[in-house]
Amino acid sequence: MIILKEIELITGTEAIIRSLEKEGVKTIFGIPGGAVLPLYDELYDSDIQQILTKHEQAAAHAADGYARATGKVGVCIATSGPGATNLVTGIANAYMDSSSIVALTGQVPRNMIGNDAFQEADITGITIPITKHNYLVKTAEEIPRIIKEAFYIASTGRKGPVLIDLPKDVTTEMLEYNPPKKVELPGYKPTIRGHPKQIHRASELIATAERPVIFAGGGVISSGAHNEVVTLAELIPAPVVMTLMGLGTIPANHPLTLGMIGMHGTKYANYAVTECDLLISIGVRFDDRATGKLESFAPNAKIIHIDIDPAEIGKNVRVDVPIVGDAKVVLKDLIKLVKSKARKEWEDKIQRWKREYKLTYEKSTSTLKPQYIIEKTSEIAPDAVITTEVGQNQMWVAQYFKFKYPRQLITSGGLGTMGFGFPAAIGAKVGVPDKTVIDFAGDGSFLMNIQELATAVDFEIGVKVFILNNQFLGMVRQWQELFFNKRYSNVCLRCKGMEFARIAEAFGGTGFEVTKPSEVEETIKEALKIDDGPVVVDFKIAREENVFPMVPAGAAINEMLG
Amino acid sequence: MFFPWCPLELPLTKCWGEKMRHTLAVLVENKPGVLARVAGLFSRRGYNIDSLTVGVTDNEYISRMTIVVEGDEHVLEQVTKQLNKLIDVIKVSDLKPVETVERELALIKVKAEPENRSEIMLIVDIFRARIVDVSPKSMIIEVTGDEDKINALTNLLRQFGIKEMVRTGKVAMIRGPKIVEKKK
Repeated sequence: MIILKEIELITGTEAIIRSLEKEGVKTIFGIPGGAVLPLYDELYDSDIQQILTKHEQAAAHAADGYARATGKVGVCIATSGPGATNLVTGIANAYMDSSSIVALTGQVPRNMIGNDAFQEADITGITIPITKHNYLVKTAEEIPRIIKEAFYIASTGRKGPVLIDLPKDVTTEMLEYNPPKKVELPGYKPTIRGHPKQIHRASELIATAERPVIFAGGGVISSGAHNEVVTLAELIPAPVVMTLMGLGTIPANHPLTLGMIGMHGTKYANYAVTECDLLISIGVRFDDRATGKLESFAPNAKIIHIDIDPAEIGKNVRVDVPIVGDAKVVLKDLIKLVKSKARKEWEDKIQRWKREYKLTYEKSTSTLKPQYIIEKTSEIAPDAVITTEVGQNQMWVAQYFKFKYPRQLITSGGLGTMGFGFPAAIGAKVGVPDKTVIDFAGDGSFLMNIQELATAVDFEIGVKVFILNNQFLGMVRQWQELFFNKRYSNVCLRCKGMEFARIAEAFGGTGFEVTKPSEVEETIKEALKIDDGPVVVDFKIAREENVFPMVPAGAAINEMLG
Repeated sequence: MFFPWCPLELPLTKCWGEKMRHTLAVLVENKPGVLARVAGLFSRRGYNIDSLTVGVTDNEYISRMTIVVEGDEHVLEQVTKQLNKLIDVIKVSDLKPVETVERELALIKVKAEPENRSEIMLIVDIFRARIVDVSPKSMIIEVTGDEDKINALTNLLRQFGIKEMVRTGKVAMIRGPKIVEKKK
């Protein structure tokens, strides 16, 4: 007797949807177009929530914001050619900040690839340097395996973006649906456990250190190692400095926090790193904005470097004890070996610095100070998820918002992408709908993705945009003031004034305008009440307010202005 | 410590030492686009490739690249780590010259007038090279060997006039039973 096995044939698009569902995808951000028409047709009947952004760059940023707020993989879709190239900035941004996103792009049919067809772009070629990995799917058979691999690669090891390019005819091809049970990638095996000998050496250095400092970065947030960092800090005990990406590791009201280091870090954080004799670096990559002049960075310190990416170790600074592994796993092992030791002199010195060099600004009852607005927001909405744009707004937020928990701050750290904050806030709000999500924007940055007001209105996404509006490209203007003799070349944005509140209203959202310090508190409270659409608050701040303290480019981090 | 020879008071850049040529054996998945990923990595990060050869191994799913790269210890360390980060790269080995058999093949087309032929043939013989094509006015000589040998032969042939030359770039293998294994 012959038993015929029943073979189930499905289309490529159906395989895509099934594979996405298997990965637990609930939401995608994207825009349809010619090459992804079959995919969007399949999505029409799917339970996956689809957020139609108004520009593909915003789809990538929203997926990124979603990923950072939730810790899950964010997914975005764009069509071939311009759709795909519009994702590029968003993908590069996710790559620089090690954020897990999977980007699906349409491609022209296989027989037309390489012929300069309409809306053809070699997006896999273009994104090789800015993705952790990418795929051009050659047959529909490969779809289940590739999607499974993509999510695995994006969300494990050092996280990052993965792009899958889907020729239109592949998505309509039939295949036998046989999803793989597990991922087989002989060239990809991230190291999770730290080497016991190195961990032991680290504990020995900690035991003998007189002036230890913990230096926490984005890797701590990504690994979920924040509790372990705080435990280690309290155990040693050692103060904690953070990079921009590491903010939220230790609550801002914790006695051991020194806040952010680097170009616009606190003086006491920079002094502590300069004078420490042991720097316990966790999930950091010694970026130039954090370290300043490398030769003068932690000049007296032995350096322990814990990172999941071996290529980061020894890249920028000399490391005494390298530990490759997942921060959380490594720290759990390390904590077992560490003993408490009082270091009175060092603790006193740190406390003295904290008192002496407190972050401060000139308060005013007549003009609006951005720092005041941020402090007030931090008081009124201490648990809000905060996104930022890039520039002065970002640095003021890093300095003055009291971050309490990891993933509370979502910001473009490595690439420094203006226009990131607003779409990222949309993505974050979709990911954590019960939280208040506020984008602190500059007027310049907000203009770079302002069209997404339409998305927030359409999908009733209650994000708040607090514009610190100085009608300047503020950070550029600050540099021109300090280093280019106040020659304000091309930094004035609509010097005749622009009414962001009315723009928000025109899109169907809500707008407020604030010009006086006395109105700040009330307006913030008013804005927070609205949760069924975007709210834009246009704070007309002091136009030439600067971000201080500041380390000039190329200087040592203890040589600060302001 | 990664740079144990570097005194603490010196900036790291002072200790990165002499530029050296290194031969890397890189096992990669035999997939389209792998060469672009590897080559792109080198140009993007500012490393110099002296030569690169690629061919399939006895396992049809795995190709082996031999890459000759110039740089100091720090560059080599970064090259190796960055290559390892590529998902399609299975294994990277730095082959030490003393433990390695290195070979290159070259085809050299020389002018061969009748009066020069016997002298050319004598040189070819000394170098254990082969004449693989003869025409009334030219010959193609095939030679394999390490770089020095091929350079020496070309220098000798230059007097007759080299019309064209092509070299494969270096391939290399560890001496003895040790192998470049698949496992990362």
